Amino acid sequence: MQPCQTQAAPTSSDLRSEKFVAVCSILDRHAHQPSRLIPILQAIQAVYRYLPEEVLTFVATSLEVAPARVFGVASFYGHFALKPRGKHVIRLCDGTACHVKASIPILDALREKLKLDPEHNTTEDMLFTVETVACLGACGLAPVMVVDDEVHGLMSPQTALEVLDGIVKAEAA
Amino acid sequence: MEATETAVQTSVRICAGTGCAASGAWKVMAAFEQALGEGAGGRVSMDPGGCSHPVKVGKSGCQGFCQMGPLVTVLPENVFYTGVKAQDVPEIVEKTLGRGEIVERLLYVDPATRKRCKGTADIPFYQRQTRFVLKGCGHLDPESIDEYLADGGYQAARQAFTAMTPEAICKTVLDSGLRGRGGGGFPTGRKWEFARVQASPKKYVICNGDEGDPGAFMDRSVMEGNPHSVLEGLMVAARAIGADKGYIYVRAEYPLAVKRMRRAVEDAERRGILGDNVFGSGQKVRCEVMEGAGAFVCGEETAMIASIEGLRGMPSPKPPFPAQSGLRGRPTVINNVETLAQVGHILLAGPEAYRQLGTATSPGTKTFALTGHVANTGLIEVPFGTTLREIVMNIGGGVTNARGKIDKNAFKAVQIGGPSGGCLTAENLDLPLDFDSLRKVGAMIGSGGLVVMNSGTCMVSIARFFMQFTQRESCGKCVLCREGTRQLLQLLDDVIEGRGTAHTLELLEKLGRAVQLGSLCGLGKTAPNPVLSTMRQFRQEYHEHVFEKRCRTGNCKALLRPEINAQKCKGCGLCIKACAVGAITGEKKKPHRIDADLCVKCGACAKVCNLGAVEGIAG
Repeated sequence: MQPCQTQAAPTSSDLRSEKFVAVCSILDRHAHQPSRLIPILQAIQAVYRYLPEEVLTFVATSLEVAPARVFGVASFYGHFALKPRGKHVIRLCDGTACHVKASIPILDALREKLKLDPEHNTTEDMLFTVETVACLGACGLAPVMVVDDEVHGLMSPQTALEVLDGIVKAEAA
Repeated sequence: MEATETAVQTSVRICAGTGCAASGAWKVMAAFEQALGEGAGGRVSMDPGGCSHPVKVGKSGCQGFCQMGPLVTVLPENVFYTGVKAQDVPEIVEKTLGRGEIVERLLYVDPATRKRCKGTADIPFYQRQTRFVLKGCGHLDPESIDEYLADGGYQAARQAFTAMTPEAICKTVLDSGLRGRGGGGFPTGRKWEFARVQASPKKYVICNGDEGDPGAFMDRSVMEGNPHSVLEGLMVAARAIGADKGYIYVRAEYPLAVKRMRRAVEDAERRGILGDNVFGSGQKVRCEVMEGAGAFVCGEETAMIASIEGLRGMPSPKPPFPAQSGLRGRPTVINNVETLAQVGHILLAGPEAYRQLGTATSPGTKTFALTGHVANTGLIEVPFGTTLREIVMNIGGGVTNARGKIDKNAFKAVQIGGPSGGCLTAENLDLPLDFDSLRKVGAMIGSGGLVVMNSGTCMVSIARFFMQFTQRESCGKCVLCREGTRQLLQLLDDVIEGRGTAHTLELLEKLGRAVQLGSLCGLGKTAPNPVLSTMRQFRQEYHEHVFEKRCRTGNCKALLRPEINAQKCKGCGLCIKACAVGAITGEKKKPHRIDADLCVKCGACAKVCNLGAVEGIAG
């Protein structure tokens, strides 16, 4: 487990390189194996909450593969975010069970409240990202909404907005 | 020693599947721990007031009745409480654990008979099931390898490694008639035999836990509820084909399943069950849990292999089949979670015993995720050959209408097999469900999602829903799948938004068949199924959308024509105030009218009208 070389004693201009310390340890953990690309990107996303472009380039160089391969994988899988996401990620399930039990009105209500649309899913203050997901496998509780890692079942537009208000209040406090 | 203690003592089992966890199972667990005293690792033993025996508190896997969660079972009396909240816990401790009394209000009430059910044996939802794969999910702690071992776990794997030849294992599985539960229904024994005879120094087994079908959660429940049974099946498969490395590919949306599978692998390694010398046979088996990254197509065998290799999950042509040349070009067997979870039972009980369940061509049981407009939603397991009526009306407790009440006349259709499947209608209610009978009626068992739909569901919208899903998930490799699904989606939008003509319907069918023919993998080959199947069975509804510009369910907003019935309207003006766009005009005490050009069809007027005078839109 040899760490990659990094600048010692980071100054403000060195913060960018310090940013890669976590990436280096992730790459080391996966022995710089290109076949481990997906777990590597997952681990990076767990740290940065999204995949910054410069990090992807850095990963490509470190693994000695073309940046196109890394970008190709990062853009292929729905789990990877290439844009920064909000502090709280709201994932609304739009699987079959949730869909027939009216998940879309909940999505509409959330988007209206947060002034979001299909092209813009993160609020300007970077507090919320609203996404849909194909199925969370909690169909017995449809419609389902996941806020960060907490699953909320049997939602309605009203209860969804109440959950949202709760977070806004907690953030303001 | 611990096992005998467990058998006699009172224990509390809290369901800790994703569904119950979402309903607050962890809070209930914490409340039990607080009430009974602190314990280590989620177990406590102490004497509560008046109770002379120790009480063990533990979690179980998904018990399937997710809608009624959190579920708490008190053993050995087998009292089954539903919808338990943390504040109910002191009462359960005092009455049930302390005095052996039942807290009536927490029992399940059968909505059909209004009868209170004491245990799962009294509840129709459970009564009519045959829980074979799911057996362990209710009473074993999924994070305890000891409980699994005490329950006879890993005996099948031991037998496979120490007392059976790979040929004998393949033959046993082939004789049992086990067919792949991931959707295809290919005989598992044949797949293994095919990989076994390949001469290669390196082979792989993969467990497919990338359950991507929306509306299906069987594999999640098995991985969360009994992860060791999956791992044991994987080990047997490895022995049967001569593989020394296994992968368990779990969908990223299932964090709890990932966690529990990882824990199972770690525990099995620690006990020397997995390792370099499995059960002293000298054979090595290592296993790795890999988390998917959110691509539905990765459920396809060749795409999954690409994903494990760190590439974009795009399928490749077959042959060569993975059993010949799979992961890293080596012979690879890929089996579904539920398939592997059956293997241990088959080896121990023998193929004849397994054939006692199910039908001649589809032996055994199948788990289904029963969801949608049905009174009891959840995870169920029935023998193949069970009729749809039995599942929907008896286990599911009947179809619910828009107000959530059981309604005998509300049944419209059941969508089976997710985005690859089709619809079954009232005339299929007595069809025995198995791989072959469903194929005959143009549907497929798929992975086992059963979404019940009531008469308020628009079938064109449902077809569009699935088309949107497959269009988003198409990997883009085959032109007909990539472009065809997009075109199909736009054609469906034309129908839904009132632009459809007779030509639209013709194109939908023609293009649907072309996409089936011109796609490489199962995703594209089956993507048009929901459209073609609903067009066949609900032709009239398509015609209403296209020729009458009308949606009988009121789901398709563009086709709504809200009007005020002049006979009913008393001119109170409530709707004028409610209308945000000023589309309603009229003098007081005289019938009002809606300007169709201004109306945005929000339904606000219908909602406020006390007389039901606004027609053609739901409030």
